[in-house]
Amino acid sequence: MPIMSYIEAVTAALREEMERDEKVFLLGEDVGKKGGVFKATQGLYEQFGEERVIDAPLAESAIAGVGIGAAMYGMRPVCEIQFADFIMPAVNQIISEAAKIRYRSNNDWNCPITIRAPFGGGVHGALYHSQSVEAVFANQPGLKIVIPSTPYDVKGLLKAAIRDDDPVLFFEHKRAYRLIKGEVPADDYVLPIGKADVKLEGDDITVITYGLCVHFALQAAERLEKDGISVHLLDLRTVYPLDQEAIIEAASKTGKVLLVTEDNKEGSVMSEVSAIIAEHCLFDLDAPIKRLAGPDVPAMPFAPTMEKFFMMNAEKIEKAMRELAEF
Amino acid sequence: MSNHALPAFITDERLVELYKQMWLIRYFDEKVDQFFAKGMIHGTTHLCVGQEATAAGSIAVLQEKDKITSTHRGHGHCIAKGATVDRMMAELFGKVTGYCKGKGGSMHIADVEKGNLGANGIVGGGIPLAVGAALTSKMKNEGYVVLCFFGDGAANEGSFHESLNLASIWDLPVVFICENNQYGMSGSVKEMFNIENIADRAQAYGIPGKVIDGNDMLEVMNTVYEAVEHARSGKGPVLIEAKTYRWKGHSKSDAKKYRTREEEQEWRKKDPIKRFKEYLIDKGVLTEEKAEQLREEAFQEIEDAVKFAENSPEPSVDTLLEDVYA
Repeated sequence: MPIMSYIEAVTAALREEMERDEKVFLLGEDVGKKGGVFKATQGLYEQFGEERVIDAPLAESAIAGVGIGAAMYGMRPVCEIQFADFIMPAVNQIISEAAKIRYRSNNDWNCPITIRAPFGGGVHGALYHSQSVEAVFANQPGLKIVIPSTPYDVKGLLKAAIRDDDPVLFFEHKRAYRLIKGEVPADDYVLPIGKADVKLEGDDITVITYGLCVHFALQAAERLEKDGISVHLLDLRTVYPLDQEAIIEAASKTGKVLLVTEDNKEGSVMSEVSAIIAEHCLFDLDAPIKRLAGPDVPAMPFAPTMEKFFMMNAEKIEKAMRELAEF
Repeated sequence: MSNHALPAFITDERLVELYKQMWLIRYFDEKVDQFFAKGMIHGTTHLCVGQEATAAGSIAVLQEKDKITSTHRGHGHCIAKGATVDRMMAELFGKVTGYCKGKGGSMHIADVEKGNLGANGIVGGGIPLAVGAALTSKMKNEGYVVLCFFGDGAANEGSFHESLNLASIWDLPVVFICENNQYGMSGSVKEMFNIENIADRAQAYGIPGKVIDGNDMLEVMNTVYEAVEHARSGKGPVLIEAKTYRWKGHSKSDAKKYRTREEEQEWRKKDPIKRFKEYLIDKGVLTEEKAEQLREEAFQEIEDAVKFAENSPEPSVDTLLEDVYA
């Protein structure tokens, strides 16, 4: 099976979907001739031409809005927001239009748009090139938010997002782009949106997370394994709407739950996961639910020391896991 | 080089200082470029090499009380508005002596004391802020003007349109200066606009629009001065489009595949520093020797700034939690 990086899996999924369905087209800043700032769309302009790989002016609101309009009339646009931090001017279009069009039109209209954006820190991007924005959208029924952790998941979930009949926000961790490599089947496959995935079976403690943090959690789990502590790791994959069943099952399995996100702690996706567990698993819990998250500051700062302090890593997760295991 | 009448406070001595300031801007960014290439500064940066006249020339004609808003390509604006290169360089190194105590880096240098509302990591993000600052000037009758810098790319953001209309209907003391350096990352103005001049849009908001050679110091100074005084007198905003060119890529990782080397060479011939030097020598206020000495002084100031930055301490990590609320 071919080994691919996380970002190569993005490109592969886009290419395959564009080959399969000519209604799929790309729209975004520098996605064409340049092939994207991270090279996620490299080679696609050459293969599919400027009519299907469209360089847009700097106008995020219009990139999202034009995509939404095209999706409503039967196209399958994949819009790229160059950095998730730049999505803010487009929030009105995404939340007021894309999320609500099916509901407000009595199901006459739908909006099969995919909006991709690289997010997260760890590349010294400073305040406006490092943020996690999923929580901004994670209480908007009508939207789906996917955050994959592995190249295998990237390809299967991005293809699923493009084929989905509802709007999907697809956030890719930019630090994972070249750091994370893995096996990706060359053939066509899709993975279910809305389903979490057990990345590690274990019995002593449960860790629930998503995106790049999945890898840090796997590294930490490996270290704990040497001391005889077995970790059950659930990768949310879709952070909205959440896979409640999988969360309840994973939490109940060990009774000790650690929730990890790179996002600010208060009001994060993990706050909702915590609420689900509190509502459904109270009598199965053997320890208070533990959250490990970024500090509650407005954005990730620039200085390398501060960025390191902000970022999640295997050491932080290992420490939290051990505390939980000993509880 | 055009030869208009300059405002009275632009004396011959001031012109010579401005020549040195242009070198300071260029050497600052050249040095930053080298450090990025060597991996000594992290993240990304946007350099204004080749665009020194738009920063130095337009800020030169402001009064001290006047304000600016800057962009992601803002080192030149900062220097021209009086920021010290020591503290700027320290910020790029992520040191505690930097303008944002290391929190901001290249794209977020602000200087309240000097009336610099800040560079901005969001394209078009500063345009409404400039209008708000101008509204304050009017409401409090403070008499200052806001000079709002942005690039060609930002002129296609919604914030541009919304802000220019507001500034126009309220007759606010703000001058919008579009540094059209021909490319928004890989997007050429030829592809991203269907008009010849971005300044043509001024008509749509009922304000004056001017197109100038942004590599001509005198033309920049004269046009901006006229616009600033127009705005100060209560006649409302002006949109100026300064045509220029960034010699470097958009940011550190840019192979510049979207433009030709011939085009780059053509623009290098329009080097704003060289043209200004020739003007000053012609005018008899500068000699080749003096010019060389000023260039070397600027070079040395940047070297000193680097030493200051290198010798400054790292911020302690717990300061990350500070400055969130009052």
